[in-house]
Amino acid sequence: MVGEIKVEGVVKRFQQQNAEEVIALSGIDLRIETGEFVSLIGPSGCGKSTLLRLIAGLNGADEGKLYIDDEEIKKPSYERGLVFQDPMLFPWLSVYDNVAFGLKARSIYKANHMEVQKFIDLVGLSDFSKSYPHQLSGGMAQRASLARALVNHPKVLLLDEPLGALDAFTRMNMQDELIRIWKERGTTMIMVTHDVDEAIYLSDRVIVMTPRPAKIERCIEVQLARPRARNNPEFLSLRSKILEILHFTGTVTEPNYYL
Amino acid sequence: MKKLNAWLPVLSAILAILVDYGVGNIDKHIPAKHPYFMYLLVVLLGAFTIIALLSYFNPKVKEWIEDRSLFIAATILFLNVINIVTKKLGLLPVIFFPTLDKILSIIVEDRDFLALCLSSSGKLLFTGYFFGAIAGFATGIAVGFSNSANYWISPLIRILGPIPATAWIPLVLISFPTTFTASAFLIALSVWFPTTVMTSSGIFNVRNAYFEVSSTLGAGKYYQIFMVGVPAAMPHMFIGLFNGTCASFITLMTAEMLGVKNGIGWYINWQKEMMAYANVYAGLIIIAVTFSILITLLFKVRDNVLVWQKGVIKW
Repeated sequence: MVGEIKVEGVVKRFQQQNAEEVIALSGIDLRIETGEFVSLIGPSGCGKSTLLRLIAGLNGADEGKLYIDDEEIKKPSYERGLVFQDPMLFPWLSVYDNVAFGLKARSIYKANHMEVQKFIDLVGLSDFSKSYPHQLSGGMAQRASLARALVNHPKVLLLDEPLGALDAFTRMNMQDELIRIWKERGTTMIMVTHDVDEAIYLSDRVIVMTPRPAKIERCIEVQLARPRARNNPEFLSLRSKILEILHFTGTVTEPNYYL
Repeated sequence: MKKLNAWLPVLSAILAILVDYGVGNIDKHIPAKHPYFMYLLVVLLGAFTIIALLSYFNPKVKEWIEDRSLFIAATILFLNVINIVTKKLGLLPVIFFPTLDKILSIIVEDRDFLALCLSSSGKLLFTGYFFGAIAGFATGIAVGFSNSANYWISPLIRILGPIPATAWIPLVLISFPTTFTASAFLIALSVWFPTTVMTSSGIFNVRNAYFEVSSTLGAGKYYQIFMVGVPAAMPHMFIGLFNGTCASFITLMTAEMLGVKNGIGWYINWQKEMMAYANVYAGLIIIAVTFSILITLLFKVRDNVLVWQKGVIKW
């Protein structure tokens, strides 16, 4: 059993410049099962990215504890791969060397160098392994950054709005790609997103967060068979349920003319 | 008109040859042993005739010469004008403005001694530059990554850095055993400052997300410093090295005019005191050519190292 995340009573505060304290997370309890695909959704300021950074180990919690497989999370580790909205590829390295970075950093490149090309192929960049990041399109760069995180065989993959900067069509392609990789690798995935459709399309569970105070409002199980259709009635009803929780549903105004 | 373009340098060279051959010399100048300027013009004429002919067969040569032909023609014309003003008409004081023949004759006839001067200058420059750049990288990286190094060294850099290296001459001359080590130290100092400042500021400017990503990929502290921080700061480091190179040239010239008994800067100073201005100009030409070759080399190295940022940043 690998890749189980437990979050227990986590509180995170940030000091603002005017010495005012902002509560970024107020008492979060969460349990994410091995191999689960979970989305964190909510308006800006609800602390979803902060929660992801705490799970990654980039920041520490002020109260409460986080665990991966019952081991406390204290600092970043290759076990928890992270993909940002900005691909953040190292511009001085080719796609191949970017993907190889993790293996080299852990000095296991020699024994595992076959993995690099395997993951470049997995994300469909076989023809671009010698290219530099500035020669890639946004979608390709994001694929490369996925491969870079995956090559370490992380137990958990953390995705911070990974598709946020892509155009609608590339985005839908990449969503299918993510599902494919997730099925193939069985990695636990935790994704922050602004997009309700994306969350329902991808996840086993959608965690809706609300700001002020930043907390988990509701966990919604998505029990739809994959591949999912975006126009499935159940899909749409889940969609309106989530929008309702986020107070984005309005009353439908009837047009005042009829054919 | 486009056709004529490739032939412009040839025309300009022919014009210069006609003037040098046809117009009588004024007898204020001491003539050189050989008509070196004429030799140079003939060489130029031959070279550019060949290039102009080649341009009909090779599109690359055609593009190359058509881009530069006007500039080259104007340069030859400029030499022609200098020749007229000095050798032909003697309009300028002859002692300060010798003929081109005379200047070229120094480069040719004094070449062994000039090469000796150049090599000792080069030895001094490279010794100083090497240690200065290494020290600059080391300090810059330390300041960029370590808070305590930043705390203790930064003020030192801010106070000592802006002092021109040459201002240390009085102190350096008495604290080093030889003038060579003293001068090398001054050059190192002048390279050290810009390299340090640009290296550390380059590291400060690296986006934190690169370090965050690398830490989630399993990179330890030192791996992050040398495999993320340093390459990301590399464009800044090259600006530092470039500034350091220019500073090192200035320091080299000044240091040589003061202490050492050999070197191209020393040569110029010595010839100036002998009122041998042809030798001064010859020295200047050699310096100009050498330094611009060095700068070009540095740019070539930079282009190779920073191939990844082609089209991203330009300076």
